Amino acid sequence: MNGVHDVGGKHGFGTVTTEEQEPVFHGQWERDVFSVIGLYFAAGLCPLDEFRHSIEVMDPAEYLSTPYYVHWLRAAENLGFWNDLFTPEELEARITELESNEKEGL
Amino acid sequence: MEQITSSDGYTQPPPYAALRVKAIQSLLVDKGLVVEDALNEVVDLYENRIGPKDGAAVIARAWAEPEFRQQLLDDGTGTLAELGMTGFEGAHVVFVENTDTVHNVVVCTLCSCYPWAVLGLPPAWYKAPQYRSRAVMEPRDVLQEFGTFVPDDKEVRVWDSTAEIRYIVIPERPAGTEDLTVEQLAELVNRDSMIGTRLATPRQEAIA
Repeated sequence: MNGVHDVGGKHGFGTVTTEEQEPVFHGQWERDVFSVIGLYFAAGLCPLDEFRHSIEVMDPAEYLSTPYYVHWLRAAENLGFWNDLFTPEELEARITELESNEKEGL
Repeated sequence: MEQITSSDGYTQPPPYAALRVKAIQSLLVDKGLVVEDALNEVVDLYENRIGPKDGAAVIARAWAEPEFRQQLLDDGTGTLAELGMTGFEGAHVVFVENTDTVHNVVVCTLCSCYPWAVLGLPPAWYKAPQYRSRAVMEPRDVLQEFGTFVPDDKEVRVWDSTAEIRYIVIPERPAGTEDLTVEQLAELVNRDSMIGTRLATPRQEAIA
């Protein structure tokens, strides 16, 4: 698949930025995303090719403009749908629910 | 040259990310598909238990024991399995050795393939498009950004990892370390030296 993820040899991304004493995770949201994919792996829900595919079908503009763990977030959603763990409607409903809980300070 | 992309290694999340993943977790827990402890456990495993120190111990042993080094080069996957180093990602691991004529460096241009079981999770720069796009095109320039200067008469080999095969570099053993124990040698094996973007740490810098 000759998608946007195939960045080898492409120009224009700029210099490499490294971090001294880089933490494994840069925030709780990264831990949360990692934990879901980690359990998908452990449960055998996503052979690697399928995992990669679930990222490669991302919107190309979002792929390039978001940090790495957003790619995994989309993988967690796509693999959830494909394996019938939850539906897109259930996910949207749960997001709305959590959002309104947050607003009400619950 | 002016930088176009953000220079923070792409780690700042967009506003929707935290909420969407919380929603996924909560659905999975409510449906009884996962338990919360398991979510925490998998994070703990890769945040606190598996990491570059595991790889460093393997490399230090390879420096000290020529036979073990040969075993790693001949059958990386099998040798690691004997040491109990297998991971979720379940891929083959190939060791490549730096010599006085060859410098090896590893990238995953398509994504972020990396030997988790030996090195833990990859650093942010390894997964960012800056490194992935340029490591195969202008490896010497990229290495210089890490402060690694490879002389012109030394060959640079770039290994593009895949879902099936991941690579680990055996860096050159620093000079003047003949008297060190394997444990002390491991202190010289920094994470990036096993990816190939840096050299092993010189003795005087590591053991102050």
